[in-house]
Amino acid sequence: MLTRLGPLLAIGVLTVPVAFGLAGTLLPAFGFLPVLGGMRFSLAPLTALFAEPAIFSSALMSLVAGLATALVSLVVVMLFTAAWSGTRAFARVQHLVSPLLSVPHAAAAFALAFLIAPSGLIARVISPELTGWQRPPDLLIVHDPLGLSMMVGLIVKEIPFLLLVTLAALPQVKPARTRALIASMGYGRVAGFIFGLWPSIYPQIRLPVFAVIAFATSVVDVAVILGPTTPAPLAVRLVGWMNDPDLSLRYLASAGALLQLFVTAVAIGLWILFERLAARLRDRCALAGWRLRADAPVRWSALLLMLLSGGAIFAGLATLALWSVAGLWQYPDVLPSSFGLRNWMRVLPHLAGPLGTTLLVGLASTLAAAIIAILCLAREDEMGHAPGRWAMALLYLPLVVPQVAFLFGLQLLFILSGVQATLTALVLAHLVFVLPYAYLSLKDPWRAFDRRYDQLAAGLGKGAWRRFLFVRLPMLTRPILAVVAIGFAVSVGLYLPTVLIGAGRLTTITSEAVALGAGGNRRVIGIYAFLQMMLPAVGFAVATIVPALIFRRLRDMQV
Amino acid sequence: MTDKGLFIDRVTITLDGREIVSLSRRVAPGVVLTVMGPSGVGKSTLLAYIGGFLDPAFTASGRAFVDGVEVTALKPEDRHMGILFQDALLFPHMSVGGNLLFALPAGSGDRQERLRRMRQALAGVGLAGLEDRDPATLSGGQKARVALARVLAAAPRALLLDEPFSKLDAALREQMRELVFSKARETGLPVLLVTHDEADAEAAGGDIVKLGE
Repeated sequence: MLTRLGPLLAIGVLTVPVAFGLAGTLLPAFGFLPVLGGMRFSLAPLTALFAEPAIFSSALMSLVAGLATALVSLVVVMLFTAAWSGTRAFARVQHLVSPLLSVPHAAAAFALAFLIAPSGLIARVISPELTGWQRPPDLLIVHDPLGLSMMVGLIVKEIPFLLLVTLAALPQVKPARTRALIASMGYGRVAGFIFGLWPSIYPQIRLPVFAVIAFATSVVDVAVILGPTTPAPLAVRLVGWMNDPDLSLRYLASAGALLQLFVTAVAIGLWILFERLAARLRDRCALAGWRLRADAPVRWSALLLMLLSGGAIFAGLATLALWSVAGLWQYPDVLPSSFGLRNWMRVLPHLAGPLGTTLLVGLASTLAAAIIAILCLAREDEMGHAPGRWAMALLYLPLVVPQVAFLFGLQLLFILSGVQATLTALVLAHLVFVLPYAYLSLKDPWRAFDRRYDQLAAGLGKGAWRRFLFVRLPMLTRPILAVVAIGFAVSVGLYLPTVLIGAGRLTTITSEAVALGAGGNRRVIGIYAFLQMMLPAVGFAVATIVPALIFRRLRDMQV
Repeated sequence: MTDKGLFIDRVTITLDGREIVSLSRRVAPGVVLTVMGPSGVGKSTLLAYIGGFLDPAFTASGRAFVDGVEVTALKPEDRHMGILFQDALLFPHMSVGGNLLFALPAGSGDRQERLRRMRQALAGVGLAGLEDRDPATLSGGQKARVALARVLAAAPRALLLDEPFSKLDAALREQMRELVFSKARETGLPVLLVTHDEADAEAAGGDIVKLGE
């Protein structure tokens, strides 16, 4: 049966690149790299790594960024859900924040940079009246040595992600009932939620939290755009070595990747320790019966932080769009003195290549991911049960292992087998990251499908293919198109896989945007970042409008 | 003659070693066998087994024949068991007519002939002229009638009814019973009815098997 292929393909896509990639990364770290003549075990690469200037500051920066990002974004999401879930304000903020999930990290980072830089929109709004600045002040806000703006950039992007996974877990714990019960005992809203509901929600979102830590400890694009430069976070330096024309630096890069793996593991280890402490603290407060009813300041701060983080990206994106059509824009004017499409006309000829690659790779990897996800779910139907916990852990494998640690090895393997910088290799690399999201977003609608339709159609004499094509597929058009839009958004946002596997010969809008970021031409960056943000948006628009048109005359097929 | 109708040959269904159903019966063409029992005893598993969609959590043995053909040896789509559930389950992405056309066997004439048969099937349940309607706009009773017409359009070998009247209100329920059983008699279909409603069993008129006692 065809469906048996589903789980096999999924396991293959999720594990083989990670396993071979890690091997390809780790062996050179110990001196094995036969193509370059490295045949013997050696600690020289590691020694060389530790001799690099400020390597420990880089590692520490990565560690702190990972933990701080996870902690702040999780606390904001937890408090906001605690304080507001079930209210109309919650639903509104949820609708406001959800689209931000599809904004690529790099675009969000640019948005923030354009907002908070000394020459950014905020400085322009308050200058010169409040500040007296007539020229951009010489302040290191973006690229600050402590990495604060990098962490803020990561936090505003992870908040929508963690909010969405929390929302997915929320209905299973029957919040309305429990909330009423706990409130009747006189607990404050926030405390009651944290004591009574959060303990059953958190285990369900734990893997996504680990994914946030892994991503933030090893992020490259956001770090390049917002992060410190002297020294840069570990992953940024790694990628520099990996792409260096001097091939002997590959050993150093491998040793660095090993360190990156260690840093991420330590970060997750520290987080687990923190989980225990926090749970103990929570239990102590709960068992002491603290009602904590005066929580209004907490509630309003949570709402404010939520709005601030969402608002920052929106305002930044608007600034980006403005720059892309700006003519002369003098400091400290709030708006450009002229607008025009000249920037676009100039950049347009260069866009075709990256845009084509982005669309092709995005659609191909998403299509493959959707097919594999459907096969897996169909197989689950045949087996009569969902896969065990190990399958979930497997799904998060490419998200919890730092990208840079296995993509580098994968790049080496692709070079050796001569497929580097081919579209197939790039699609495969993207598929590794698109598949988990495709499966996760399809599984609930798939399982919610009333299987009696299927049984009934079989009774009408329809075989498995016809049942799938004429009953299940059309009835699931909406969620399947949504999955395609999500997968496409993930693919559009992928930076590191594109840079390493595309090797500079295949570029996407995202990889181009980050590369241009160093140049500092705001109008050109504005165009690329604007496109980055628009591509996923167009995907979601298509996923909404197409089924609405097809089924416009059928009421039960509307939302 | 003895081959005609539905023959349930020593069908036993167990869950975790506990026996839920154990039955041997013949159901003649046009006759209804009613399986009764309180909800939760697993009487629907009997329909699922004969229909070919028993959940893998259950183990089942025994065979079912229709007109001498062992249906339990066939794929679900080759068994041609007409199924009616509590809900009408009209396909929401097709018009009323589309639902019926989907059910009509593929080899039943050209386009015109298929349309004619679809209209005839609709008229047969008293809903002539509704073929272009969106199923979502029908009343509960109309939906139940379309579901019946759809099942019959597929030319089934037997009818499997899973509490098909329980969600209709009292007046409508009586009408639907009348309609379903008279259609089964007309077309000479053996019917297996699963219900917890005594009145269903009475209206069906055939033998009654009680489970879970």
